[in-house]
Amino acid sequence: MDNKYTILELTDIAKEIRKDILLSISEAGSGHTGGSLGLADVFTSLYFNILNHNPQNPNYNNRDRLILSIGHVAPVLYAALANAGYFSKSELLSLRKLGTRLQGHPGKNHNLPGIELSSGSLGQGLSISVGLALSAKSDKKKWKVYTILGDGELQEGSIWEAAMSAAHYKLNNLIALVDRNHVQIDGQTNKVMDIEPLAEKWKAFGWNVLNCNGNNIAEIIDTYKIANSEKTKPTVIIAETVMGKGVPEIEGNYLWHGKAPSKEQAKLFINSLR
Amino acid sequence: MIRKTNNIPTRVGFGEGLKELGKKNKNIIALGADITASVNMNLFAEEFPERFYSLGIAEQNIVGVAAGFALDNKIPFFSTYAVFSALRTTDQIRVSVCYNNLPVKIGGAHAGISVGADGATHQALEDIAIMRVLPNMTVISPCDATQTKLATIASVEQVKGPAYIRYGRDAVPNFTSENQEFIIGKGQELVKGNDITIIATGHMVWEAIKAAEELGKNKILARVINIHTIKPIDKEIIIKAAKETGAIVTAEEHQIMGGFGSAVAEVVVANNPVPMEFIGMNNQFGESGEPEKLLVKYKMKSKNIIDAVKRVLQRKK
Ligand SMILES: Cc1ncc(C[n+]2csc(CCOP(=O)(O)OP(=O)(O)O)c2C)c(N)n1
Repeated sequence: MDNKYTILELTDIAKEIRKDILLSISEAGSGHTGGSLGLADVFTSLYFNILNHNPQNPNYNNRDRLILSIGHVAPVLYAALANAGYFSKSELLSLRKLGTRLQGHPGKNHNLPGIELSSGSLGQGLSISVGLALSAKSDKKKWKVYTILGDGELQEGSIWEAAMSAAHYKLNNLIALVDRNHVQIDGQTNKVMDIEPLAEKWKAFGWNVLNCNGNNIAEIIDTYKIANSEKTKPTVIIAETVMGKGVPEIEGNYLWHGKAPSKEQAKLFINSLR
Repeated sequence: MIRKTNNIPTRVGFGEGLKELGKKNKNIIALGADITASVNMNLFAEEFPERFYSLGIAEQNIVGVAAGFALDNKIPFFSTYAVFSALRTTDQIRVSVCYNNLPVKIGGAHAGISVGADGATHQALEDIAIMRVLPNMTVISPCDATQTKLATIASVEQVKGPAYIRYGRDAVPNFTSENQEFIIGKGQELVKGNDITIIATGHMVWEAIKAAEELGKNKILARVINIHTIKPIDKEIIIKAAKETGAIVTAEEHQIMGGFGSAVAEVVVANNPVPMEFIGMNNQFGESGEPEKLLVKYKMKSKNIIDAVKRVLQRKK
């Protein structure tokens, strides 16, 4: 954790990450624009403030682990990693192309520095996080597991199996964040399959529950800091976000879950980034 | 002649192997799925309580937890009935374990119809087919309790990535030696013969040996090969058998479609086609009953192997 950057600087980084998401997805011609843009502030907060990590030595043992359960938002992870210095930003334009290290969903076997896990099948990342957090505890290690979940993803039963086990083993070194953008592929989450009352569900499963505006960097960082002081429970941060955040034309529109802008659109979107 | 010492369930071998691994290697972790004693993981849990984690009846989660441990350089085992450890969890095994190529070791317990009285829901007859198509997965199907112990140890000492170890519930003849050479990916020729080859896996290896003895009385000299590693499969021993004996019968306690016999056939047809017959479950679910009676009803006894040998010999050129 470090406070190397001011909130103003972090806001600029988030903007740069959004630009890279739009450039890489439009160049690829396909990809998940909405969720990736919506999470830019969370990833900025993690990679430029919260996480203990080292782009020069990506695999050192005591690093914090970022586990991306929703592999479809890979573009925001890639953009954050490139901006943090894990690899050159020009490589972002190889997204989804044959031979790329930037697979459509993260693939560890393609050896992109900073990738902890291959993912893309929803509902698996929290279980893996439980295993990692148990392993860290068994070795009395201080590093933490930061997991990113989707709100639609919470409809997977395996998430709740994992939630039960994290509380059972008192994994206070596990902090999950739910990207609560209220939308998924078929539409509004409360129409597709309602997950409310969400905070109550996590509480009932034995978790420490925090809320924040997931598009406000100062709030995100403060909330993670509170989570880091928890002594006995795993923490979930329900982060209210807006799908497509930053591009007024598409904000909140679930149709942008898995749609790519054309190159011309991407230019317009980048100009309108706020 | 090959002699059995006594009857022991192969799951006992798994439990002993795991306990021995625990002694040798501090990174071995075991995860329980509420069937800990029945899959003989209790031996490990009692000896190394600090390295045993109970995760309840949540098979999808247990796979991910295992993958998480493996990401941090541990070697986790989990085991439950194969219908659950391989089938309930297939997507988790495919993505979290195999795609990440992590050293998660999976025990597929209560495999085959010899599970008996519990009936169709508990008799894993599809797990070989499913596990063997997953990239990076090693699939091991030992023939008796002693070999299951060695296979369990080898799944760590000889396999870097994920491994699936298949074993049964019922007490079956124990006939291999503690001192045998057990090499992942290498088949074992147990009976010499040049008229026909019976290639078997798991419990069916003993049935194959009995079939060969019977056939010998009628001057049919059957070679018997035990394939304990279904993937990677020992191509050399199979091609040699096809060339030298000109006909093959496979035997497994599993569906014929996509299973062990299919794995052997893939090698045979690509390299040295010869007539083949397949002993196994024929596109059906099992049912309750005594193991022995089920094996008779569903035609997975030495007698059925002998019939198959006679059929295939008629087609042999
Ligand atoms: C097991 C599984 N089922 C279905 C999919 C296809 N899929 C990809 S993203 C998605 C919607 C996820 O919704 P949410 O978690 O809310 O993410 P968001 O739409 O906000 O990006 C679906 C159904 C998948 N990747 N994995």
